[in-house]
Amino acid sequence: MDSAIRLRGVVKRFGPITAVDGLDLDVPLGSCVGLLGPNGAGKSTTMKALTAQVIADEGEIEILGHRLPGDSKQARAVMGVVPQLDNLDTSLTVEQNLLVFSHLYRVPSAERKDAIERALVMANLTGRREAKVDQLSGGMRRRLLITRALLHQPRLVLLDEPTVGLDPQVRQELWALIDRLRSEGVSILMSTHYIEEAERLCDDVTIMSHGKAVAVGAPGELIAEHAGPEAIEVYGPPARLSEVEGIARSRGWRTRRTGTSVSILHANGGDPSLEGERRITNLEDVFVLLTGEEIN
Amino acid sequence: MAFAPAAEPRRLGRLERAALQGVMVREVVNYSSFWRSSTFSSTVDPTIYLLAFGFGFGSLVSTVGGYDYIDFVGTGIVATTVLFSGAFPAMYSTFVKYEFQHTYDAILAAPVDTEELVTGEGLWIAARTGVYGCVPMLVATVFGLDPSWGMLLVPFIAGLSGLGWAFFGIFIAAKSKAIESFSYWQSGLLTPMFLVAGTFFPLDQLPTWAQIAGNVNPLYHCVELVRHAVFGFEGWADVGHLTFLIGFALLAWRLAIKFMERKLIL
Repeated sequence: MDSAIRLRGVVKRFGPITAVDGLDLDVPLGSCVGLLGPNGAGKSTTMKALTAQVIADEGEIEILGHRLPGDSKQARAVMGVVPQLDNLDTSLTVEQNLLVFSHLYRVPSAERKDAIERALVMANLTGRREAKVDQLSGGMRRRLLITRALLHQPRLVLLDEPTVGLDPQVRQELWALIDRLRSEGVSILMSTHYIEEAERLCDDVTIMSHGKAVAVGAPGELIAEHAGPEAIEVYGPPARLSEVEGIARSRGWRTRRTGTSVSILHANGGDPSLEGERRITNLEDVFVLLTGEEIN
Repeated sequence: MAFAPAAEPRRLGRLERAALQGVMVREVVNYSSFWRSSTFSSTVDPTIYLLAFGFGFGSLVSTVGGYDYIDFVGTGIVATTVLFSGAFPAMYSTFVKYEFQHTYDAILAAPVDTEELVTGEGLWIAARTGVYGCVPMLVATVFGLDPSWGMLLVPFIAGLSGLGWAFFGIFIAAKSKAIESFSYWQSGLLTPMFLVAGTFFPLDQLPTWAQIAGNVNPLYHCVELVRHAVFGFEGWADVGHLTFLIGFALLAWRLAIKFMERKLIL
């Protein structure tokens, strides 16, 4: 087995809408893969399919060698899932939340106490074990939500938008936590809106658009392939931006709008008629280029 | 594609003890934070009915269906408690956990299937109902209902009835897209059933159609079985009542699972 997750030709329809449309996805063992895509690209449906809360209409899904949906329960026993929506039991204490999930994740009774202590340390919540969840800050809750999924020391962790809606400093704290898991050899699939998060944490990313994978690879490779090393960013009034786009198109360069400016990609050497700031390209350029949508 | 034998070869079965235990531990731990309000509403409501009917109606009639009125209503009230502490908490807690707390997302991401989720939650509510069901009956002993050994069976009868009503409540919650839909079930089905169960007045004075309706009401069979447990069993009739309650629980169980799966697994 060399894949933690392997999807082939997965299709999921909801009535007339095809949410996932022939998706291939691989998470090699021990790697961290980011699933990027604009809203409605099919990320959440894909994540739900991995726990068999969504049953695919077509295609194959294998998790740590278990074929879904038939063997999904075995798969769920060896993976941890961090949902996008906080579903902690808010009237319970930190420790009680962990206790409940140590049962649900079938941690043997002799190891339960240690597992809970380990989670408390990892979440940096040993001093707040008796606190009710509704007394915790947003960052603490998210740390608890993540460590709750690690009680049974899973070999695979699914993170659905793990840092959405959090302050930058809290987000960085969580990145450290995720990076630590990665260094311990846990396989990770992370769906995210935040390009920077994927760039920092992921070995590979899969960019989804309209239910399909439109690009797969390491962030650096995707940037080099789709955006080139440098971009020229031209600012100006809307009429000027349209003009710039015309010039770039006539040279065969690709452009993307970034609100107040136009970024010209692959413009190595540039053009004297295009005055703008040169900057290093990033994964966001690739994302917007391939999905045709700004991130929101 | 060939995989190394890293994965557990054994396929996990249905209705595993570990999964049921996980679901029930969650319920028990949560219960520790709201048991006061839950116990209050589940036992005080039926006790008020008991006292209201006992004093109000009891002053007009001394015996009903061959029983002293306090004996009649003091045993029948068990079924009311079963409904109040079985169906209603199941309806509301299922809906809240699904709609607002997203609890089921978390549980189903662990090695627990919908069947185990529904079964575990139903069993826990049934256990509670078995205990709560006896409270107004014990109150009735203060007002003249004589204790009997048969009362020791009442928690089990209430628990079995409660199991059916818990599953039925989960089924209602699974069928309802909005919590407002509960009104239709409550006013259209549960309230008539609660009144036409032989708790407060016997069914044999009612029109034939109402007697027939009463006979398919699981609460009626609970009332009869409790009364007979306390005052003496009536042979095959009670086997029939018991069978009906078991059948109701089984039917409601499968219905709850089917509709919860439809709601939770897309």
